[in-house]
Amino acid sequence: MESVTCRTSHVPPSPIAGARPRPDVQVSYTQIQSALTRALRGERLSFEDGVNLYHSPDLLELAAVANELNLRKNGRDVFFNVNRHINPTNICALSCKFCAFSRKPGEEGAYAYSEDEIAHRAKVAADSGATEVHMVGGLHPRWKLANYTNIIRTVKETAPQLHVKAFTAVELDWLARKERKTVAELLGELRAAGLGSLPGGGAEIFAPYIREKICDTKLTGEGWLDIHRTAHKMGLRSNCTMLYGHIEDVEARVDHMMHLRDLQEETRGFNVFIPLAYQPENNELGINRHTYGVDDLKTIAIARLMLDNFQHIKSYWVMTGDRVAQTALHYGANDLDGTVVEEKIANMAGSRAGMAMAKSKLLRVIRDADRIPVERSTVYEPIRRYDNPAEDMLQ
Amino acid sequence: MINASITNTLNPNALNCESKNTWRDCEKDIAPGTLPAASGFQEAPTLSEINARDAARQNMIAAFERPAKAHDELMRAALEKTEDTALKAAYLTAFEGKRLSGEQGQKLLDAGDVNVLGWLATRAKERFHPGGKVSFLIDRNINYTNICRIGCDFCAFYRRGPETDAYVLPKEEIFKKIEETIELGGTGTLMQGGVNPHLKIEYYEDLFRSIKQRYKIHLHALSVIEIEGIAQVSRLTVEETLQRLKAAGLDSIPGAGAEILSDEIRLEQSPVKRHSHRWIKVMQEAHKANLPTTATMMFGALEERKHIIEHILRIRDAQDETQGFYAFILWTFQGENTELAKKNPDMQPTSGVEYLRVLAVSRLMMDNIPNIQGSWVTMGPKIGQISLHYGANDMGSIMIEENVVSAAGTSYTLDRKNMIELIRRSGFTPVQRDTYYNIIAEYPEFPAQ
Repeated sequence: MESVTCRTSHVPPSPIAGARPRPDVQVSYTQIQSALTRALRGERLSFEDGVNLYHSPDLLELAAVANELNLRKNGRDVFFNVNRHINPTNICALSCKFCAFSRKPGEEGAYAYSEDEIAHRAKVAADSGATEVHMVGGLHPRWKLANYTNIIRTVKETAPQLHVKAFTAVELDWLARKERKTVAELLGELRAAGLGSLPGGGAEIFAPYIREKICDTKLTGEGWLDIHRTAHKMGLRSNCTMLYGHIEDVEARVDHMMHLRDLQEETRGFNVFIPLAYQPENNELGINRHTYGVDDLKTIAIARLMLDNFQHIKSYWVMTGDRVAQTALHYGANDLDGTVVEEKIANMAGSRAGMAMAKSKLLRVIRDADRIPVERSTVYEPIRRYDNPAEDMLQ
Repeated sequence: MINASITNTLNPNALNCESKNTWRDCEKDIAPGTLPAASGFQEAPTLSEINARDAARQNMIAAFERPAKAHDELMRAALEKTEDTALKAAYLTAFEGKRLSGEQGQKLLDAGDVNVLGWLATRAKERFHPGGKVSFLIDRNINYTNICRIGCDFCAFYRRGPETDAYVLPKEEIFKKIEETIELGGTGTLMQGGVNPHLKIEYYEDLFRSIKQRYKIHLHALSVIEIEGIAQVSRLTVEETLQRLKAAGLDSIPGAGAEILSDEIRLEQSPVKRHSHRWIKVMQEAHKANLPTTATMMFGALEERKHIIEHILRIRDAQDETQGFYAFILWTFQGENTELAKKNPDMQPTSGVEYLRVLAVSRLMMDNIPNIQGSWVTMGPKIGQISLHYGANDMGSIMIEENVVSAAGTSYTLDRKNMIELIRRSGFTPVQRDTYYNIIAEYPEFPAQ
């Protein structure tokens, strides 16, 4: 594995190679002011700006600017979707230190759903009005391409109207190498089976000096970006994430956002950016605190400022709890994710937010924040604007 | 060997490094000038290095004199742009630091933007507390009895008496808890229980005296309903009861039991606690007897926003008369295991934005009470921390023991280190205070862990 670290770290031609901690970034209040002013003028911010903003002591000031930028782009509409998570297996060849979900084959609690179990979940989802299934899982050592295409087909045969957003770049990379196919070939076959788009998981933190400490055996940052680039070029849209609040520094966060911004500039294929707050329980990383509420809000606001070519920033309630996620709607976020129904990965790692949120609660949470709920599809087409509470129950 | 094909095509130079063990070995092979200009860390930093750098920057920022803020401009522009004339008038009244009327408070609560309210509330807070300090207290809740003849719908703590888990704590156990509190750096106790019909004033006098003889500790104890209960079973007036309790060592009275001071709502929640004017009257008696008190508000249980405003106004009026409230504390209703929640299954917990809105409007309305607490106990540490930007200047107690709220299903814990870190990470200087809000320790520097 060392050689992988070697190849991806600190080699000039790669954009990620340049990522390293920069103790020389000096932070001053004037610089923070300057960054905020330029952001309001619609200018693109630099790496140093992002780092400076993270050190801003005035949370509401960041909020005011991020909120303004979001209102210009999206008005008071806030997106949600009616979806369902299905984690087909937790058996995984990797051992990421922050993960509480994965199990080794034969280990207590290890599972892999049968086709019937997948079909059952898809049916329940479709019957409850869902438009999407979100499927990500472990790297099952014995699963082949057929297992993956079967999972997708099972969902599509059960409920053809469901959009299948499935498999992280990490799973795709693993499968491509096992099957000795290029990622493009693999994605072609999965799309033929019914794949609609890619979720944004597995990005974690790109910067090698952090990545090698939290998930050294996982797909590299470049690999992740390259798979999403391939998908975008084939016309498959995708999401992107960032795992924060563990051992990374703010440099690594801003660097991460910059790489996403660069790829977005190239392909315009990302739907949304989703910061994921680290969950501290049942893992090996040894960081035993939840993220701070102020940090959650800052991260949303700074993402809104840095990612000027993203239309949507998601405040994912599963990670921060619905109260912070709702507050983030005034910090530049315009999406709350969805009903989710069966979230396992964050819940096993100590999330206090629970596994599901009823649509009625999502509506209430969004309205309570003085925003208008809009149900969306996976790729952010509006399905229905809930601007009159009296008509919520009408179909 | 993961992902070799992808990275090789991206990085032709990388091929040279295949056989090396680490990137540092690899780096030596690369000709000078091909690496990005790097300074400082030559190796990936350790966690403590990252923290140290972060701390140095935070300290640097904290030392800055702030220039006129772009933020202020932005917010002033937002005020000027407001089309709703009543809202604009309310904003401007708050901006100028003048007293808000009930209608204006209601308008802010109904139509105000949560971040504009936060900005106004922060300005109002800074009038009382310049310098960016945020205080916390170390004390212990001692629930000396859970036997109660009242039985409020929102309470999961009370017992009637015959149940096996009904109790009155023996003195030795109370002493032990106080000793533990002092060992943990605590300066006070908050003693509250039920309205136990078997405990007369002699019990309390004896208990308070024996505590005060043994320990140097602040006694913040009892609630209005308990004081009335003691007066009743001891056949005393409230005034006499308060004087005797003060003589025995009582230092101050917590403002609990205020819930929402609106008879309409109280009747629904607790038929026996229904008379809100009595709550105010007992508190004012206490002020006259030189016993300072706090005031609380519990919201998120069936009330409407107008009741919240009514509550705030009543306390503000009372404060104008007797000046004895030194802090206002907002709680949200905790539903689990309570009768009120069982009778109203559709009731929803207070959302984050609603809490911040009520907090900010409270800070703006309460121009005669210096301290406002954010409640991490009922809203969680995240919203607790965020509340410091919406008008709260205090995080309350780290709560060595809190039986009443945890009986209703909320259980968050914080120790001193976490509390200090939480306040600091919010951009403020943490200070430890005593029950009267005197600062007893400051933690100005951002330590590098």
